[in-house]
Amino acid sequence: MTALADQLLVLCLLLNFAVLGTSRLAFSVRAVALQGVVLGVLPALVHPFSWHLVAIVAGIILVKGAAIPILIVRAILKADIQREFEPFIGYIPSLVLGAIFTALAFIFASRLPLAPEHEGLLFVPASLATLMCGFLVLMGRRKAISQVIGYLLMENGIFIFGLLLAEAMPVMVEAGALLDLLVGVFVMGIVINHISREFSSLDTSRLSTLREE
Amino acid sequence: MYLIWIFVLLPLLGALVAWLIPDNRRRALVLPVVAALHLALTVTLLVQTPPPSPDRWIFLDPLGKLSLLCNSILFFVCANYAVGYLKLRRKRPNRVLCISLLVCLSAMTLVAIAQHLGLLWIALEMTTITMAPLIYFNRNARSIEATWKYLLICSVGIAIALLGLFFLAYSTIVAKQEVTLLLGTLIDTAADLHAGWRHAAFIFLLVGFGSKMGLAPLHTWKPDAYGEAPGLVGALLAGGLVNCALLALLRVYQIAVASTEAELFQEVLLGMGLLSMAFAAVFMARQSDFKRMLAYSSVEHVGIIAVALGLGKGALFGALLHMVNNALTKGVLFLSCGNIHRAYNSKSTQFVRGALRRTPWSGALFLAAFLAITGSPPFGPFVSEFTIVSSAFVQQNYWTAALFLLFLAMIFMGMASTVIPVVLGKVPDDLERTPYRDTAPTVWPPLVLMALVLMLGLWLPESLQELLHQAAGLLEGGR
Repeated sequence: MTALADQLLVLCLLLNFAVLGTSRLAFSVRAVALQGVVLGVLPALVHPFSWHLVAIVAGIILVKGAAIPILIVRAILKADIQREFEPFIGYIPSLVLGAIFTALAFIFASRLPLAPEHEGLLFVPASLATLMCGFLVLMGRRKAISQVIGYLLMENGIFIFGLLLAEAMPVMVEAGALLDLLVGVFVMGIVINHISREFSSLDTSRLSTLREE
Repeated sequence: MYLIWIFVLLPLLGALVAWLIPDNRRRALVLPVVAALHLALTVTLLVQTPPPSPDRWIFLDPLGKLSLLCNSILFFVCANYAVGYLKLRRKRPNRVLCISLLVCLSAMTLVAIAQHLGLLWIALEMTTITMAPLIYFNRNARSIEATWKYLLICSVGIAIALLGLFFLAYSTIVAKQEVTLLLGTLIDTAADLHAGWRHAAFIFLLVGFGSKMGLAPLHTWKPDAYGEAPGLVGALLAGGLVNCALLALLRVYQIAVASTEAELFQEVLLGMGLLSMAFAAVFMARQSDFKRMLAYSSVEHVGIIAVALGLGKGALFGALLHMVNNALTKGVLFLSCGNIHRAYNSKSTQFVRGALRRTPWSGALFLAAFLAITGSPPFGPFVSEFTIVSSAFVQQNYWTAALFLLFLAMIFMGMASTVIPVVLGKVPDDLERTPYRDTAPTVWPPLVLMALVLMLGLWLPESLQELLHQAAGLLEGGR
């Protein structure tokens, strides 16, 4: 089973690059959603069966794979934009930086010992690399929706690590974290809606009246 | 025990009621009612502390008590102020405002009583989210910019803190112990946790909670959010939310002190604290927007608290006392400056002059709170800042003491150059006419707070003193 888990983690890493290299928002959302589903399946592969685990799997797939993508797709439709435009960090540089960050994540992870039962799994590097790629998208893009996608990528990265603890964490904590994430994205969706009405664009670089001279 | 659950549920119930009431004016009245009940419950629980819950997730320890007391008083004052404030802004729908405020109160309460770090994190994230609609209350281009920045930076910060918590939990697995995020267990076993993971966890937690607190260099959202939010929201952000984030940081501090890494953690805090004060000192000078100036003052004061935590020992008492003083004084500053903002319909020092003439009460309160927050006697912050500096001298940490005093002096001058003209200057002739005049509903709440700040400077009640000593004891590694 662990071999399959590692392959899925590699898929997560590839999806990071898919998001880094595209300007199409709808595609990015789908990639992040797919990553969310993969995340939901993973704990079933590394931990023995329990009802607690079933709840977690179902929760993650529902929230990360369905509810959040739907919220974002609705925001995209309302704001009527399809593409990221002139990002601060271009697509090719983003991909290169993403590759560098992924390499660094592997180096960093090799310094930290894993518990014997997780030996040889890619959880830690996959988590850190996804986190960094999310950060890259967040910093490098102009559109508010792209920034939310970056934030979600970061959250996915954190959840990948959290899966190592899936058995041990009380279900309430997992559920609470997922709920907070959902409400957070919901509020972000509303704010995005207002930004597009107020500025007739979703370009966050226009949000610059409050700068310190 | 059930009393504690009522405590969390009461504001939520209030939010439900606020949602159901269709009328703008009557809805605002829910706030002071819930706030008064909450304050009464807080005092009851402070006197008769219930034992920890059987699973040890919920317990009101001295640190939680302090934070809860501050937040409850501040919320009570802000809720009463809100009634007068919302009357002035009758045309604007306030349903979202009332609901968000009450849900936020519930989350703030949960932060104070949580002994499980996962639960604490959930509540803290909830406070972050519920504040977003409040910052956006004015619904204009500037406030949406501030809301977006706040939401994004704080969400990312708090997400990083979650990773830090996961690291901490994983360090227990690697150390072959039962996985837990219960504070008590973590403190007991802190020294045996795996050093590498624990170290990484501390860094992530510091960055995460630090950005929510607004410690430099993670403070960039603060001036925008504080500058654009209504005064009463600013007061809750600078008093309430800062205290919640600080409490989360104090929990990590407790674990760090119990582990072998206390010194490193303290040094980082000391550095970040001094850096925050330096940032504030530089940006405070020639600040033409007096609400943004208050944001830098908030950066300064979380800096002061971080310095005190970094110094440890005797300064810890000062840190906690300063947490109380800062929360209350910030309340006065934001509420009175909100009044001045309304009276002039501007928050630029170019137009706002001579507030003492136009709004005598708010002007006087603003001036008094300015003197208090910059550490002038006889107000509360003077006592706490003095405790911190003298502790630095006792520990022979002369560099820290010198820098601390230097920054305080710079900040006093910078802040004075903005506040003095605003309050005492000559009223401009071509002034825009506004309906706002100082009236009882918007003046007595900050006045009460100001009286408390003065009282804390002159006389520290024995029960509060004891509570502060108990809380400081927890930070020194006691149980």
